[in-house]
Amino acid sequence: MSLLEVKDLHASIHHHEILKGVNLTVNAGEVHSIMGPNGSGKSTLAQVLARREAYEVTKGQVLLNGKDLLAMKPEEAACEGLFMAFQYPVEIPGISNAYFLRAALNAVRKYRGEEELDAMDFLPLLKEKMRLLEMDERFLNRPVNEGFSGGEKKRNEIVQMAVLEPRMAILDETDSGLDIDALKIVAKGVNTMRSKDRAILLVTHYQRLLDYIVTDFVHVLVDGRIVKSGGAELALELEEKGYGWTEPASAAAR
Amino acid sequence: MSTTINTIQDLTNQEYKWGFVTAVEEDTIPKGLNEDVVRLISAKKGEPEFMLDWRLKAYRYWDALEKAQGEPKWANVKFGPIDYQNMVYYSAPKKKPSLKSLDEVDPEVLRTYEKLGIPLLEQQKLAGVAVDAVFDSVSVATTFKEKLAEAGVIFCSFSEAVRNHPELVKKYLGSVVPYTDNFFASLNAAVFSDGSFVYVPKGVRCPMELSTYFRINAAETGQFERTLIVADEGAHVSYLEGCTAPIRDENQLHAAVVELVAMENATIKYSTVQNWYPGDKEGRGGIYNFVTKRGKCAGRNSKISWTQVETGSAITWKYPSCILVGDNSVGEFYSVALTNNYQQADTGTKMIHIGKNTTSTVVSKGISAGHGQNTYRGQVKILKGATGARNYTQCDSLLVGDKCGAHTFPYIEVQNSSARMEHEASTSKIGEDQIFYLRQRGLSSEEAVSMIINGFCRQVFRELPMEFAVEAQKLLSISLEGSVG
Repeated sequence: MSLLEVKDLHASIHHHEILKGVNLTVNAGEVHSIMGPNGSGKSTLAQVLARREAYEVTKGQVLLNGKDLLAMKPEEAACEGLFMAFQYPVEIPGISNAYFLRAALNAVRKYRGEEELDAMDFLPLLKEKMRLLEMDERFLNRPVNEGFSGGEKKRNEIVQMAVLEPRMAILDETDSGLDIDALKIVAKGVNTMRSKDRAILLVTHYQRLLDYIVTDFVHVLVDGRIVKSGGAELALELEEKGYGWTEPASAAAR
Repeated sequence: MSTTINTIQDLTNQEYKWGFVTAVEEDTIPKGLNEDVVRLISAKKGEPEFMLDWRLKAYRYWDALEKAQGEPKWANVKFGPIDYQNMVYYSAPKKKPSLKSLDEVDPEVLRTYEKLGIPLLEQQKLAGVAVDAVFDSVSVATTFKEKLAEAGVIFCSFSEAVRNHPELVKKYLGSVVPYTDNFFASLNAAVFSDGSFVYVPKGVRCPMELSTYFRINAAETGQFERTLIVADEGAHVSYLEGCTAPIRDENQLHAAVVELVAMENATIKYSTVQNWYPGDKEGRGGIYNFVTKRGKCAGRNSKISWTQVETGSAITWKYPSCILVGDNSVGEFYSVALTNNYQQADTGTKMIHIGKNTTSTVVSKGISAGHGQNTYRGQVKILKGATGARNYTQCDSLLVGDKCGAHTFPYIEVQNSSARMEHEASTSKIGEDQIFYLRQRGLSSEEAVSMIINGFCRQVFRELPMEFAVEAQKLLSISLEGSVG
């Protein structure tokens, strides 16, 4: 059984159709990349999969580990193992990173019938993950994302992913706004997270993230549809020829 | 801040859980208010002449005020007429509370406090907190008295203070809030039946937190308690009050007065977790919480700090204030006020700078949910002689939903040009993006809102003693129940 199965997914926001029939199958152990020009619907796909309520699904089906994802609330999807690293991580003033992450982890653990972790058990775990992402321990006690630089926010997303250990991780333009050093650190985090039980879906505009993360499949999203799929070499071809190159294929797909 | 998320979750599913009534035989006087009632209350308490005189002066002042203009109308709250003749002004558990031993307290009353999580039997007490329990009109028990007495600290019910320390009461009663201060303060002065009294002598650091727990039980009864805290030179005391009431359909009046006096180098920290019954979802019933709280920093380098978490009451009308008389004295006000359903709050502070180099800090966090209306009203006044005075005011409002309101009325009056004033204000809504972010990490929408609000209130919560900070967080979650989604 596939970890994520997207079938003919149509979705709108404010009655404006963005996704126009997306099909995608992701198996455990795989890394997929969704690429596409601005406005093609990449982020919408990520948000719909994370169950953001502002988007209305008008048609189609999505299965997460065989379960109907579209019937789940965002927190249920999260507890079922779906994680999304945000393109624009949100600030939560007054709540420390450590407190927030323990609450999140315990929510997920509780859902799975696992014992909750107290601060004493949780802190070493968090510190280890932060070391991996080369984040200073002082971030533990700083309010969630408040006063973080763009790069720190993105790294913080990966720390969260590492702590929550999702089965299906979606990274929404995590590479945007990162300098090359930060990009390498994020890539290292993602690479460390690769496992046979986990799948990763990278949503990205640029090919450069793929210089550091080996992707198994690349899908090109244009105007709300996947117009081309292939291996890692497809990303390089895109980089070279631009998205315009896929347009005839896009037309053909109609 | 160690309350786990799931505790909050469990609590969000609860309604007002302190709403039970204790079946206890009460000694209740007939409804209505006149000079005879005032005399009766004074007689029941066996008060000396000076107290009765003071009460009668207050009553006459109030009576004239009531006939002339009634309650003050300037607050941003709405309520129907209050019939002061249709209310009971004295109600006490019949068994005479003993001042020496808990054995003589009605076991029903003890059980009530146990149910509220306030065990009065000392061996069960949280270490380090002494409690005075006020049930309707009287103080039923004060714990840890002997231990406090060893340090020279007087902590007892007001009635007891009148009997045993009349010279102190006479000296300080009404010295910060005179009986002519305002309508409800006058009413309180006339009919107040009990409350807490604290005196910390020179140079003494009170060895434990002091706490008063107020409980309204009887129906159609007003609660009028009075608290007086005096910290003599170099003394230090931290005091907390909590309060609950049964669920009743009619509104009940709570008009308290708190007076604080801090002498040279003394510090008083006064924390309140106010959880009177707020009324039901349609706004029926609930307590009218019309309270006058004021502290006087009488001596040099003295400090008074108010922290309040206001989650209960149908209407809250209170402005814990500081009069900064002594040079270099410090006044602080940290407040969280939450209004949900049809609750109304008009609350804030007054910082009156009289002495030189006096400083004040005001941090107010207002949260409005449901149809709640939340008003911050604050006055900062720098008098002519207050050279080098400083004030920092931060006033933030958070809106949950689109039917509530947040209002801010800051009054700033500066008569000395050397003053430094800072005022920051913000109004925000809980963002859909914030809630979604937290839900994507596995938290329910109620947990998410709870977390965002706790974060919003953090500056205030960290001023509270630890146990009470936890209680305050839980209270906010309960009070917000049903306001999301």
